[in-house]
Amino acid sequence: MSQSHRLTSGGTIDRSASLNFRFDGKSFSGFKGDTLASALVANGVKLVGRSFKYHRPRGILTAGSEEPNALVELRSGARREPNTKATTAELYDGLEAASQNRWPSLNFDVMSINQLFAPIFVAGFYYKTFMWPAKFWEAIYEPAIRRAAGLGRAANIADPDHYDKAWAHCDVLIAGSGPAGLAAALAAGRSGARVILCEEDFAPGGRLLADGGTIDGLPATEWLSRTLTELAAMPDVRIMTRTTLFGVYDGGTYGAIERVNDHVPSPPEHEVRQRLWRIVAKRCVVAAGALERPIVFAGNDTPGVMMASAMRTYVTRYAAAPARRIALFTNNEDGWRTVETVLGAGLQVAAVIDARAEVSPAHRSLASKGGFPVLHGAVSGVDGGKTGVRKISVSLTGGARAEVEADGLAISGGWNPTVGLTSYHRGRPKWRDDIAAFVPDGAPPGMMAAGAANGAFGLGACLREGFEAGAAAARDAGRSGSVGSMPVADDEAFALTSLWYVADKGKAFVDQQHDVTASDVELAQREGFQSVEHLKRYTTLGMATDQGKTSNVTGLAMMAAVSGRSIPETGTTIYRPPYVPVAIGAFAGHHRDEAFHATRLTPSHHWAAEQGAVFVDTGLWKRAQWYPRAGEKDWLESVTREVRAVRGGVGFCDVSTLGKIDVHGPDAGAFLDRVYINTFSNLAVGKARYGLMLREDGIVYDDGTTSRLAEDHYFLTTTTAKAGLVMQHLEFCRQVLFPELDVQLTSVSDQWAQFSIAGPKTRDLLKEIVDPSEDLSNEGFPFMGARAVKLRGGFTARLFRISFSGEMAFEISVPARHGEAMARNLMIAGKPLGVTPYGTEALGVMRIEKGHIAGPELSGTTTAADLGLGKMMSTKKDFIGRVMAGREALVAPDRQVVVGIKPTDTSRRLRSGAHIIPKGEIPGPDNDQGYVTSVCFSPMLEQWIGLALVERGRERIGEIVHAHDPIRGEDYDVELCNPVFYDPDGGRQRG
Amino acid sequence: MRIVCPFCGERELGEFTYLGDAKPQRPTADASEDAVYDYVYLRDNVAGVMSENWYHGGGCRTWLKVTRNTLTHEISAVEPAAGTGARQVAK
Repeated sequence: MSQSHRLTSGGTIDRSASLNFRFDGKSFSGFKGDTLASALVANGVKLVGRSFKYHRPRGILTAGSEEPNALVELRSGARREPNTKATTAELYDGLEAASQNRWPSLNFDVMSINQLFAPIFVAGFYYKTFMWPAKFWEAIYEPAIRRAAGLGRAANIADPDHYDKAWAHCDVLIAGSGPAGLAAALAAGRSGARVILCEEDFAPGGRLLADGGTIDGLPATEWLSRTLTELAAMPDVRIMTRTTLFGVYDGGTYGAIERVNDHVPSPPEHEVRQRLWRIVAKRCVVAAGALERPIVFAGNDTPGVMMASAMRTYVTRYAAAPARRIALFTNNEDGWRTVETVLGAGLQVAAVIDARAEVSPAHRSLASKGGFPVLHGAVSGVDGGKTGVRKISVSLTGGARAEVEADGLAISGGWNPTVGLTSYHRGRPKWRDDIAAFVPDGAPPGMMAAGAANGAFGLGACLREGFEAGAAAARDAGRSGSVGSMPVADDEAFALTSLWYVADKGKAFVDQQHDVTASDVELAQREGFQSVEHLKRYTTLGMATDQGKTSNVTGLAMMAAVSGRSIPETGTTIYRPPYVPVAIGAFAGHHRDEAFHATRLTPSHHWAAEQGAVFVDTGLWKRAQWYPRAGEKDWLESVTREVRAVRGGVGFCDVSTLGKIDVHGPDAGAFLDRVYINTFSNLAVGKARYGLMLREDGIVYDDGTTSRLAEDHYFLTTTTAKAGLVMQHLEFCRQVLFPELDVQLTSVSDQWAQFSIAGPKTRDLLKEIVDPSEDLSNEGFPFMGARAVKLRGGFTARLFRISFSGEMAFEISVPARHGEAMARNLMIAGKPLGVTPYGTEALGVMRIEKGHIAGPELSGTTTAADLGLGKMMSTKKDFIGRVMAGREALVAPDRQVVVGIKPTDTSRRLRSGAHIIPKGEIPGPDNDQGYVTSVCFSPMLEQWIGLALVERGRERIGEIVHAHDPIRGEDYDVELCNPVFYDPDGGRQRG
Repeated sequence: MRIVCPFCGERELGEFTYLGDAKPQRPTADASEDAVYDYVYLRDNVAGVMSENWYHGGGCRTWLKVTRNTLTHEISAVEPAAGTGARQVAK
């Protein structure tokens, strides 16, 4: 299809690169350098979407990221992206976009019937109407409303693209590459500063691309290309296009989103779609410009009504004519630029409606030369529908009415400086009467605004402020090179007479994206929602994806008018980042799926995988859970076999995930005495001891075995889950609480591979591994012994005679790089003994059979006494948690304590989480006496057994109680019993 | 937020772990239960400048005493917390 509205010359588009695209299934063509919006304009497309609530036909209002109307679904399938602004989406060959919120088609939208019911769809409509019956809300009202109202549809399959996160550091960060931003970059760059300049657009230049001008005697476009050349030659200046600075955070850290490959159909292989930047800058110059604001009047949302500056952008930058016969409605001098642009492009000016009393003689003569009338007054209505503007009603100053025939209406209500970045630390902008706009009033530390973002609207002022800000920022950052000469341009007049709203019949829209009308603002005022924060929430003004960039200030000015307050009295809402929507995928970066968090592999992982182990995630670790064998029908069969093999012969398990800390120094023993409830200073060298740690509030923190390897060297182990936290806690104790102790801590969790070897044949297996000179007998290596041993072949290992399984057991520890070899050697050496690798499930079964506590019992609510370990608490020394552990409630006789449970029906399966209730009582919160913490099928007892925390449990051994499991709907009786189910006198582990 | 670790230099927030108010000091072994209770549970919730304990776990593993304005997040001093949590450092 031909580009009916493309001008024959001009623009920065590349006419040699024709691109085909589809909008709502229809084929069009555009050029490289177009946005989707400019290409639609060039093809004469005016209707691009339907509005949020009333399904009114809407066209393109702006040419930037402030666009409220021209939102499309871009791409398809997994890459379908809703609410994409056509005004910022770069055109590429094969682009596919669809309009939103219409059915069955944009041209004929059934829901536009909502317009007939418009009187009821006012602010607070939902709150007022769908009150009763309450249960209808979730089931009926909300789904129906959500279907009818809304924007685009998100993709419902996983995003196939990659997103990256990166850091950058610089002296001077600049937001925006308009005249102010470029002047700032010149000054800072010349002085030797490291500069990063972020530009949201794909082309640098800002308003220079549309409004031109003369700088240093050169046409603006020539100055622009010279400046970019100069900046490109500076090695420490980096210009990042397609990058929006969206937020400012503490310590001079800024957030920016770089759209690396949004301008191509899909990212090339190994490239990311978008990159989230965290930029640390000593100084930041906000040269983000200003956004032109509309004037609200009836029918101001008709396709063909466009911001005057956007109209100039389409004509000058893209050589695309939004209309052929254009009227201008302005209240300021700047709007008149549009006349020159329109005439210069050979298009017609229908009329200028100027709300001010006076128009300059120069403009008068321009009007007479152009042959169009200048009407003093205001636009009061627009005649047109989905095909666009046809006729414009004007109410003239003095009361008369006039009509103007036109197919496009440019509006200019003045400019709002982009005060977002400067206000993100709860800053409130201040009102300036002379330009009728909010300007920054201070900024986060290190930040300053310059140019239009600071309320300086003329080209000369922008260059001056930008250059001075860039020079100051570089100086503050310690760069003192010469900044050279400042670029110079004339200052234009900006004579504005405030005009926010032209009251007349018909719907006049303040917030076009959320369909908030002038009457909604009035209604909010009448109903008492006068605060701007209330206005926003009651009417939803400024709450959509555009965050009210074209509506907030107008809305609050209108509220000020109807509530009889001044605009500064009315104030602004709080500004919050991000400035533009940022995809969640960009925040996640590569941290998704299997890379969501780091994965830690045990030293024997690859060997275990070869064995067909099933792995379980334990924190960051992957641990072998069990090792299924052919013919086994389920996990329980595998686990039961592993337990029987250990208890009847020998097995081994990788326990390297336990936290390991070397404690060195003459005061190592004294230090451990203070952090454990029991004593370690009297532990003999070559011995290990179980230790229990409390929090300072008296609750159990962690447990583990600590061995004394030398007079001044202990080797401490922690649970897998608490490894990092215990290290942090111990460092706190060492550094902050007990600096007088001469002790050092070293985390060695990753340095040692550790295997538990358990079962009556453990020594037979170890003899094949350990050098024959080592005495492993009960005398030579007694229970709880710990020392270095020589291995066959000459390596040294550490051997600990400790047992979690209750069997005759050792733990052997070798440098982590030998861990896999150790697993393989244990398998080879143990083959004649039928050695069996076992996983964490079998480990858990054996610890429950032995009544050993673990994570479920160390729940952050239990005391040492609750766990049956109260006697370990030393009374001869101070230790962390000692005093608080003695509090009344922590030593109360009716506390829930660890006890064993067995179902009275021995064939029944137990499940963790069931509540313990006295037998014969109806379950309820009043008689809930505890809960089941750990369960397993015990191969030794051949039935399910468990541990539970039960009130006075130890005094009630033998009592039958009721287990109530409302989640699974189970009720059954269990007997409270000794938690040590197997080998209660511990003969096996000592044998 | 960025913290200037006295040993590692300026580092990003993610390297540090926050503990809280650095003012409470652990009572000596002969202290009353009330004194220990106060130490364990009573914390000032300052809107303004306060000293806090931060752990540089992603770096040198030093516990730091950071003076920070909780309203502005401005950090005015960072020093090792060595011994600052003890009522009385034993000899």
